[in-house]
Amino acid sequence: MLNHVWLIPLLPFVSSVLLILTAGRLPRKLVALFGAGSVGLAALLVLTIGWQFMQTQSPYSVHLWTWMNIGDFSPGFSFYVDQLTLVMLSIITGVGFLIHLYSTEFMEHDSDYSRYFAYMNMFVAAMLILVLADNLLLLYLGWEGVGVCSYLLVGFWYKDPANGAASRKAFVVTRVGDTAMALGLFLLFTELRTLEIQPMLEAADNTWAIGDAIPAIAALLLLGGAVGKSAQLPLHTWLPDAMAGPTPVSALIHAATMVTAGVYLIARTHGLFLLAPDVLMLVAVVGLATLLLAAFAALNQTDIKRILAYSTISQIGYMFLALGVGAWSAGIFHLMTHAFFKALLFLAAGAVIHCLHHEHNIFKMGGLRSKLPIVFWSFLVGSAALAALPFTSGFFSKDQILLSAFELHGTSTLLGAQIGPWLWAGGLLGALLTAIYSFRLVFIVFFGKAHTEPDKQPGWRMAGPLALLCVLSVIGGWFALPLASVFPTSSEHHVSHLIEGISIATPLIGVFIAWLIYYNKSRLFSGITDSSSGQALSRFWKSGWAIDTLYNSLIVSPYVAVANALRGEWLDKIYHGVVNVSVALHQLLSNSQTGKMRWYLTSMVFGLIVLVSIFGWVR
Amino acid sequence: MEGLAIPLNHVLIVATLLFITGLAGIMFRRNIIFILMSLEVMLNSAGLAFVAAGTAWQQADGQVIFMLILTVAAAEVSVGLGLVLQIQRRFRTLDMDQATRLNS
Repeated sequence: MLNHVWLIPLLPFVSSVLLILTAGRLPRKLVALFGAGSVGLAALLVLTIGWQFMQTQSPYSVHLWTWMNIGDFSPGFSFYVDQLTLVMLSIITGVGFLIHLYSTEFMEHDSDYSRYFAYMNMFVAAMLILVLADNLLLLYLGWEGVGVCSYLLVGFWYKDPANGAASRKAFVVTRVGDTAMALGLFLLFTELRTLEIQPMLEAADNTWAIGDAIPAIAALLLLGGAVGKSAQLPLHTWLPDAMAGPTPVSALIHAATMVTAGVYLIARTHGLFLLAPDVLMLVAVVGLATLLLAAFAALNQTDIKRILAYSTISQIGYMFLALGVGAWSAGIFHLMTHAFFKALLFLAAGAVIHCLHHEHNIFKMGGLRSKLPIVFWSFLVGSAALAALPFTSGFFSKDQILLSAFELHGTSTLLGAQIGPWLWAGGLLGALLTAIYSFRLVFIVFFGKAHTEPDKQPGWRMAGPLALLCVLSVIGGWFALPLASVFPTSSEHHVSHLIEGISIATPLIGVFIAWLIYYNKSRLFSGITDSSSGQALSRFWKSGWAIDTLYNSLIVSPYVAVANALRGEWLDKIYHGVVNVSVALHQLLSNSQTGKMRWYLTSMVFGLIVLVSIFGWVR
Repeated sequence: MEGLAIPLNHVLIVATLLFITGLAGIMFRRNIIFILMSLEVMLNSAGLAFVAAGTAWQQADGQVIFMLILTVAAAEVSVGLGLVLQIQRRFRTLDMDQATRLNS
């Protein structure tokens, strides 16, 4: 069974190809069966393989075929399975299956039902290849595959030009990171002559010392790829716009799986990052900056999906923080719990949108607590886990990250050794903000006066996944992940009870503040929020710290201006000349096509005369 | 046969003149019936050339080919007259310049 690991990505791939080839001619029931069933089967397969793997616990790789063979460069199409892979596989297929099941109802009345599942299955296959790959080139194949599927799914409703623009933005911005990553792969190959991850990490460890320049550059380039894919500063601007796609897509791609690929990449190549402590510190700083920035932005959004998008950016910031402080398994742990509760939140938000005539503005919702009870409870559980209230899954993972950050003994030369408590304090502020914005959402959408009446209730295919994800969001943090053998061991946490107490209390304070502002409407805060400077700050944060405007005026506008200036360039004139000449010739010749037979005959006769006289004269 | 010795060149000149007459008829006439008739003239000019050449070299081939041309002409006329009928019925005219549907 262990050697049949290749079946896992093959199942959704085959289903996708089938759906593409039939081009929407299959009946909807069959499409749903293939689309959701293939991922469900893959999940079962992961379960059996995981069970068998746990008996031996020894990592292994499966070589399928040699992909290409050029000189001493021969990357194989081969899969590597260890505990980290298994965790990712379970998340992708498990959460993926629930989201596919949910989609069968959510997309039921869409005319492109089959195309939707074709893309989704292709995405799952690419994502599985990404995490199964045993060399960086195959990983890159999956990496680009998920990028393409993300592009296709963000622009799924392509008839609205805004959606097309959003998908192009997502593609182009992540491409910036991907280019950096490709350069990183080139550098690693020229230096180490291999791209197979495990031998490469060993070779890196033997070749370089800690603090050398080349591993730092390579790690920096890989970080560039991770930052682009995982929507971290400064390449995070695509994710809020990517919410243009269908909501289950946001749940699967832009919350649970694809955006965490960057975290996976860094965790997978952690040996390289350990050789570059400065870059590792940069990972932590990027994570911290992103999580704070995105949390402030999330606090001021009015679109339910954009709140969740910024919240996703913020939570991935936590994962980067965890990786940066060397708490590898805490980062992956948070990746998993985040996949559960953020998928839950997105699916619940999708249910709200679905039942409320596609309403996205939270201020037009309200009072849904009694009208959509299932959705309300799902949202409450999801928000509790997101805010890291005690005994939910998010609490355990975030707590681990914050404690690891507090205990960090800085090894970087750039920042002092005492950076740990500062990172902890920043993370704590982020946790406070997380609690405020997530319960702001709950109070505004589900309490207070109703503005829009729901016209339907979610059916079992939507309610079932919500219920299951609720359970996972709560108990997902109660068990430790078996990652000890993959990552360097981190010591037990020895922090005072005061620090732990603060970590537990912070989210509760945040919930209380949200209750004061958005439920009780206390004057204490409305005085601040209604003042003109408060309004201006709110607008500034709502626009995501005006970073989009900054990029537009700094990069996009000059680029467009230069492109327009180069439009009349001389090289183009050659090509335009070719076009003009052929158009003129065409018009000249089309004049001779009169449809008058006598004219044809006359021209034939004259042609004949000319030809005969030429040949006669030549001889 | 001796007394009737018309030089081959003369016959060929007549045949060429006939051919040009037919060709000019097709080029300048607009009525489809006249065009068909001019085609006949051209076919016959070719036939005349074959017969004259067959006589000049004392070969039967020229006359055989003339029989073939006669057959072709008969077939052509039967098809052509059918077309003429159809054209008259569709376009209500026999003018070749007006019987066109090509947009120019």
